[in-house]
Amino acid sequence: MTSPKKESIVSKRPLGASISRWFGKNLIRVYMALAFTYLFIPVVYTFVFSFNDSGKSNITWQGFTFEKWLNPCGAPRVCEALGNSIKIGLLATIFSTILGTLIAFAIGRYAFKGRSASNLLIFLPMATPEIVLGASILSLFLVLQVNPGFWPTVIAHVVFCVSFVVVTVKARIASIDPRLEQAAMDLYANEFQTFRRVTLPLVAPGIAAAALLAFSLSFDDFIITNFNSGTVTTFPKFIYGAAARGIPAQANVIASAVFFLALALVVIGQVVSRKRKVS
Amino acid sequence: MKKISTPYLLLLPGFAFLFTFFIFPILSLAQVSTATPISGGDVGEFEQTFRFRNYLEAFLESREHFGRSLVYALLATIIALLISYPLAYALAFKSGKYKNILLVLVVAPFFTSFLLRTVAWKQILGEEGFVVPPLRTLGIISESTTLTSTAGAVILGMAYNFLPFMTLPLYASIDRIDPRTLEASGDLYANGFTTFRKVTLPLSMPGLVAGTLLTFIPAAGDYVNAELLGGPNNTMIGNVIQSRFLIPDYPTTSALSFMLMAAILIIVVVYIRKAGTDEVV
Repeated sequence: MTSPKKESIVSKRPLGASISRWFGKNLIRVYMALAFTYLFIPVVYTFVFSFNDSGKSNITWQGFTFEKWLNPCGAPRVCEALGNSIKIGLLATIFSTILGTLIAFAIGRYAFKGRSASNLLIFLPMATPEIVLGASILSLFLVLQVNPGFWPTVIAHVVFCVSFVVVTVKARIASIDPRLEQAAMDLYANEFQTFRRVTLPLVAPGIAAAALLAFSLSFDDFIITNFNSGTVTTFPKFIYGAAARGIPAQANVIASAVFFLALALVVIGQVVSRKRKVS
Repeated sequence: MKKISTPYLLLLPGFAFLFTFFIFPILSLAQVSTATPISGGDVGEFEQTFRFRNYLEAFLESREHFGRSLVYALLATIIALLISYPLAYALAFKSGKYKNILLVLVVAPFFTSFLLRTVAWKQILGEEGFVVPPLRTLGIISESTTLTSTAGAVILGMAYNFLPFMTLPLYASIDRIDPRTLEASGDLYANGFTTFRKVTLPLSMPGLVAGTLLTFIPAAGDYVNAELLGGPNNTMIGNVIQSRFLIPDYPTTSALSFMLMAAILIIVVVYIRKAGTDEVV
């Protein structure tokens, strides 16, 4: 068998190469299909059951209805919980993005004494299990005689979001070609102008990505919230509390809506960044 | 002078925050861990007595849960790795023009609430779901067999929930591999397996180490999966800490938290040393 040079990089056996290549190619497709099915089963399930004409509990299929989508706040307290999650998420995002971006610039841009210790301090919250973080922050509030509630939750969220912001923004800073800033300085831009006109626009997508990450981490957090929120109910807390007696289909509606909104944001972000690259 | 002080000024607000709300709470946790209830005091009032026996007692009482947490987390990490590695590899090398779309699809499921997805698994695998009744009818599982309330459900639930933490770092590392190095390996008569073992795997090590850590750490401290998908025999250390906290038995909670953190830190340090990469920190 005279086989020409193959572009296949993995299988290198001359005999039956085309068969094994065909199989290998489709094996990957089959594998991807299986993996994505596994990933999406609960998402599809949640979406489908948002149309369930169910009462209090939403476990068995009762029939199709649009009613829950038309009236997502129909279940008691579900929209209040959603509102709290959004408020806490936005505040935690703003604070953690500001603090984290400043740290990322310090670590990403400067050589200074204590830089590796700083890296360690950023890594530690990520290496601490949520339950330990949640318990320890609450123990501080108890010592200070601050009741758990809205602001303690915001603070606790900022603690675990900061590290993720630092890591994300730092990666973006590291990818910037330093010659671009040198060029700006060569063209008589001062330090501030260089930062504002060159560095910041280049880092901005990283900051935006970090903010989105922080928001989604905060929005979806349960364990730390459960420790520090007291009587304030967030959306995950609502689901957890309802899990025992039955989750209303409105929760599925909200979760599905959040899913599509986030998906749309990511797709728009991708399209915008591709257009920028082209131009 | 200015050049030296700038980074410190940038660090100041963030580190002041982290010292107040991360380091200080951990220290106060340490302080509480050796305290004892005030005799005659209210519930939840403790005084410092430097009683280190708290640790020993807490450990002996919940060593089973500790063991289970580490084993479950380890198995969940291995399963997540086995699912993620081929996925990340296929995304990086085999997805062609669909790369970005597929990458979004990998992350997309995690835009749905983590708790709702876990509850969805509970219902899918539960008694009234669409998996158990057909399996019973076909006689594949017996009437008394359940899919939820099992160790397998907890482990699979954790593998599922922490999957993006595994897939994304792996993808980032594998995507950086120059495909020409793999071609070169093939040109030097390495077969597919040898190329993987000697070229792809070592080059993807930073992602593999980061991914396994980012999966293992939250899994070891998790209690939501054990609570929703497991039964009374699957409770993990997180469940114990949570329930102790509600009593409130802060000394035991703190001692357990510390031991969990210590166990994780030791595992992480040994693992990073063994895996021979410092890129995580």
